[in-house]
This record gives sequence, C-alpha cells and structure tokens, in this order.
Amino acid sequence: MPTITFLEPDGKAHVVEAQLGLSVMEVATRNDVPGIIGECGGCCTCATCHVYVDADWYGRLESADEMEQGMLEGAVEPGPLSRLSCQIKVTDAIEGLVVSIPAGQL
Amino acid sequence: MSESAATQTIVIVGAGQAGGETASELRKQGFTGRIVLVGEETHVPYRRPPLSKAYLSGTATEESLYILPPAGLEKARIEFIGGVRAERIDRATKQLHLSDGRVLDYDKLVLATGGRARVLSLPGAERANVFPLRSIADVQAMRTHCLDGKSAVIIGGGFIGLEVAAVAIKLGMKVTVLEGLPRVLARVTVPEVSTFFERIHREAGVDLRTGVQITAFEGEPLVTHVLLGDGSRIAADFILAGIGQVPNVELAQQAGLAVDNGIVVDEYSRTADPDIYAAGDCANHPNEFYGCRLRLESVQNAMEQGRVVAAGLLGKAQVYNVVPWFWSDQYDLKLQMVGLSAGFDRMVLRGDLNARAFAAFYLKDGRLIAADTVGRPQDFMFAKKLVAMRAVVDPQVLADEAVPLKSLLPAAA
Ligand SMILES: Cc1cc2nc3c(=O)[nH]c(=O)nc-3n(C[C@H](O)[C@H](O)[C@H](O)COP(=O)(O)OP(=O)(O)OC[C@H]3O[C@@H](n4cnc5c(N)ncnc54)[C@H](O)[C@@H]3O)c2cc1C
Ligand code: FES
Repeated sequence: MPTITFLEPDGKAHVVEAQLGLSVMEVATRNDVPGIIGECGGCCTCATCHVYVDADWYGRLESADEMEQGMLEGAVEPGPLSRLSCQIKVTDAIEGLVVSIPAGQL
Repeated sequence: MSESAATQTIVIVGAGQAGGETASELRKQGFTGRIVLVGEETHVPYRRPPLSKAYLSGTATEESLYILPPAGLEKARIEFIGGVRAERIDRATKQLHLSDGRVLDYDKLVLATGGRARVLSLPGAERANVFPLRSIADVQAMRTHCLDGKSAVIIGGGFIGLEVAAVAIKLGMKVTVLEGLPRVLARVTVPEVSTFFERIHREAGVDLRTGVQITAFEGEPLVTHVLLGDGSRIAADFILAGIGQVPNVELAQQAGLAVDNGIVVDEYSRTADPDIYAAGDCANHPNEFYGCRLRLESVQNAMEQGRVVAAGLLGKAQVYNVVPWFWSDQYDLKLQMVGLSAGFDRMVLRGDLNARAFAAFYLKDGRLIAADTVGRPQDFMFAKKLVAMRAVVDPQVLADEAVPLKSLLPAAA
C-alpha cells in the first residue's frame, strides 16, 4: 500500500497508508485527516476536497480534466498546484505523494 | 460541552448520509461519550448518488460507496447496530425500542431516517420486476433484469428516472421513459432546461414520452407490458418506479412530535423536544435565506444539517441556513444546480441550449437567486458564491460568455 502524507496548514503531518483503488479524498476522510470534506463523495461537484500538491509531485500526476479545472477555479484560494483530491486515484505510482490541506474548504 | 458529556449516550436513528455524518462529526468535535447508530439496512453508512449512476452501471463497487467502513466506525468508537429498525420512542423514559427487542437509553436522540421511494398505486406494482430505487439492496435486486437487449420502462422523468435511463442505454437496453407531466424535471427546473434534457435522451435513443397516463400492467407473475391511456402497449422486462419519495416520519409522529412534510425542526435542527434532533431528507427546517420552511432531498443537505446537529448536541448551537445545491449525472453530462429558482422574474442564458454546455441564471428583483449549469463548472462555482451573497448582477455580463462570472464578485471574495 502506498503512503500519502497530508500536511495541515500549520505543518502537522498525517502519514497514511492508502488503499489501492480509492481516491486520495477517500483516503483522507476514511482516516480522519481534518480539512478534507468530500461533500459530494467524489463526484467532482463540491470542491471541498481541494488540496495543494507538492511541487515535485504535481507534474507526475495525470493532469486535471476540464471539469476539475473548472471546479478548481471556484475553489477556496486556488493556486497553480491545486487539485481536487477525489480526482487523484491511489495507484502504486503515487507512493510517497505529499499534499497540503488548505486553511478552509467552504 | 457539559462535564457529564463523557458519560452521555447519543443515539442516532438511521445510518444513512445524515446519520453517518452526525456521528463522525460528533467525534471530530471532541465528543467522548457513547454514540450508537441504528440502521434498518445492514450496510454501514453509504453514499446514495452512485446508486443510479456508477453503481448501477457496474463501474463502482459496493465497498466504494461506504462513507464509514467498519474499521472507520470502530476507530471512531461508533457502535453500529445494523439490520434493526427503531420501532418506538418513549420520550418520558428517554428510551428507544428496537425491532429485535432491545431497548436503548438515550440522553440525546437524532432522527436521520431519510425517506423511502413512493410506491406506484397501480395493480401489479408489487410484481417482482417493478422496482423502486433507494438502496444498495434495490440495485442488487434489479441487476439481473438490467441486461443488454432487454427492455426497460422507466416511470417518472425526474432525476433518478433520467439517470437510470442513461445507465440503461449504456448497458445496451431498449429504454422508454414515461412522464405524466408535460415535461421532464418539471418540478425542479424551467421548460427550456427540460427541453434540453429531453433532446439529450432522445438523441441517445430513449423513447421518451411526456404527458402520458399509465393505465395498467399486463403479465403475471412478471409484468410484460405497460399499457398507456392512448392505447399503446410497451414491452417491458424491467420497470423502474422513479416517482419521488416520502419522508420517513412515522417514528416521530408516534412519539407526538410535529410532522408537516417532514419532521418539524427549528433553525438549530431541534424538534420541540429539546433532547431530539432531526436531519436530512426526513427533516423540515425554517430557512432564513428563503424565508420559508424547506425539506430538501440532497447530499449537501444531509451532510451539512448532520454537522449542525452535531454542533447543537455539543452545546455549540449553529443556525442551519443553507443555499441548496445539487447535481445529476446523465451520459457524459453533469447538471449542477444552485439555489431555488421558484419565483424568478428573469432568466438569462449563457452559452447555447442546443450545444452540450450552457448556464441558465435566474434573477429576482435584479438579484441572482439560482442557476442551472451543464458542463460549465466554473459558472456553477461562482454562481454559488453570488447566490449566497444575494448579489445584484448585470444580466448582460451573465449572458456574455467572454466575461468570467468571477468578475462579478467583489475583489475580496
Ligand atoms: C438513487 C438516488 C440518487 C441520488 N442522487 C443524488 C445526487 O446526485 N445528488 C444529491 O445531492 N443527492 C442525491 N440523492 C439524494 C441523497 O442520496 C439523499 O438526499 C441522502 O441520502 C439523504 O440522506 P439521509 O441520511 O437523510 O437519508 P438516507 O441516506 O436515506 O438514510 C436514512 C437511513 O435511515 C434508515 N431508517 C429509516 N427509518 C429507520 C428506523 N425506524 N430505524 C432504523 N433505521 C431507519 C433507512 O433505512 C436509511 O438507511 C440520491 C438519492 C437516491 C436514492
Ligand atoms: S469530493 Fe466533491 S469535488 Fe471532490
């Protein structure tokens, strides 16, 4: 199982074993990582699973589709490294992924 | 939280989206007492939207629907009693009687009983190939009838009916949708948007009929044909009754709590009994934003109201004051809706209703009160903010695709 590190805005790290096939959002919500809500359950329609991907990792992930890009524009404080974590699937390729949790989602 | 909180017991009836969210939010906010989650279904809390979408089409597994898998429940010390129905509340002794004979003492009780699919009142509606769609069990039961080459007759052109139509087409079925009203989605959107979805479904190969009257089911033990008022006779291997839902209010009613299109709660999601709260599809709340009472049937409502209940239970009462939003997936299209358009005096379109992406904005007295968007997620997101702000917006800007909606927001937002 790949490990994912979630960083809270104050720097506190949550290192979590991620089950293959889930999304990064589901990994967070199932492991009580605070600050990732996932209201719509991964349907790309709430943007409450917004994260900032570590700069080294951003380019290694499959890029966001149009739907996700549109949702991200309206997320809270989007930036160049923003992604919706429900759209990132857990595969062996993301072993060691690091994402930061924004200060707010709503 | 009071000092005795650690010894308190909070019992939640209904292990659905609202019940599950209330339970996990209680823990997130630091409640250390006992949480018991009672559910009539055997499943741990799960998401319902995929039932008529990815789960029915076979692209999502049952496990993937779980919001709180067993390990998560255990970790959060949430006692889950599945496959058991709450039968009666004794408010005087603060006890909940369960169908297996158990009696639970509670300090606080949360009713998150959701709703059930409305049943067709037509002889034959009980036959084994006529289905409601509300639960995992419903989808599992209908799977063997949803096969390539078979005929599906979908009764009701609401969200669930249209989503199932889209999945059935994808599965290779011959699909008929029957709607009694003159147009699909009549209760939730304007004629222009209904016409858009009717076109999309017809282009996909659905035989979509509006303004029809269903007179009878033919065939025993399984229905083989659906008969219509105009004399037509439609072959059917699988019939879905997607005609809405009714809130599960009986438990509250028998306990003497007020019920009026849902369990009546105040702005803090409390019933008239200070120890009993209600949330989700079953609850009817006063919405300050709209100045009226609302009973919403949506994931957003279940989740956000669940969190308000959790806060209230911990003595941090929050007013539940939501701007509703909703979505529906049909084929490759995503419809996203925000606000309630009822009472609008002007509609403005952005984009082209004849294409597969557009936004319809609804204004009242110059303010944006609601929007329906297809394939324009950024417009949905900014409309959500503008509706919440009750923003006065320039219709010309709304109509002009070249101007991002973002420009209508005050600089600080
Ligand atoms: C097929 C389908 C598709 C949907 N798609 C969308 C969508 O795309 N977007 C959206 O926003 N919303 C959608 N919804 C609506 C959304 O799923 C509901 O609004 C939401 O599930 C409501 O949550 P709830 O907790 O109030 O009720 P539920 O999730 O229905 O949970 C209530 C639970 O309480 C249990 N219960 C009832 N009475 C008792 C009792 N006496 N004792 C014990 N247990 C009891 C029930 O068995 C049930 O498990 C959809 C719903 C369905 C059915
Ligand atoms: S969970 Fe809703 S957009 Fe990701």
